[in-house]
Amino acid sequence: MFFKNPYFWGFGLLLISVYLCLYRVAKGPTPADRMVAIDILGVILVGFCALMTIYGERDFYLNLAIAWSLLSFIGTLALAKYLEKRNFDE
Amino acid sequence: MNEVITGIIIGLGILFDLFGCIGLVRFPDVYTRLQASTKCVTLGTALIVFGVFIYEGFTPAGIKALLVMLFILATSPTSAHALARGAYRSGIKPEKGYVVDKYQELIEKEERGDFAETKNQGTKRGI
Repeated sequence: MFFKNPYFWGFGLLLISVYLCLYRVAKGPTPADRMVAIDILGVILVGFCALMTIYGERDFYLNLAIAWSLLSFIGTLALAKYLEKRNFDE
Repeated sequence: MNEVITGIIIGLGILFDLFGCIGLVRFPDVYTRLQASTKCVTLGTALIVFGVFIYEGFTPAGIKALLVMLFILATSPTSAHALARGAYRSGIKPEKGYVVDKYQELIEKEERGDFAETKNQGTKRGI
């Protein structure tokens, strides 16, 4: 049965986490709430890529995880600067 | 034996991720949401990637997994700090108000120019 498969529970719980983040992105009253939720979503997707490495027996998902973590970091810094109403070259 | 340890560590990491996201939905304002979700999700994802490292061993894929764990542990608190500072400076208040607000006092003191002699010219605006 599919619910005896541990990968079903792993991917299912991670998908529930992603949906909770998307709920906060859609609902969040201030822009800062949405930015926090997008940041958290990026970190969860890195974990998703790492789990796909074991499930799919291929290690190129880890390259995706490296690139995604660094790009999400730079994007969040740019969003924080925008929130602070400062110029990007400071 | 290796796979059992991997399963336990990855399961713990997934549970940390889930609880962090429940905190992201349930808490009342920006700062408490940031507090709950950043710590839990950083530790959870680091545990998942560390489980991948234990599963793969010292192969190229395992080294890459260790590198991802170091990146996550370094970059996620930094971006959370930047977001908290941006939220403060854009004027968002906590739900129940402040008890003590040292950062506002520091900003006011800096705008009066008390730090003008002790600080460099380039770092005048950033604290």
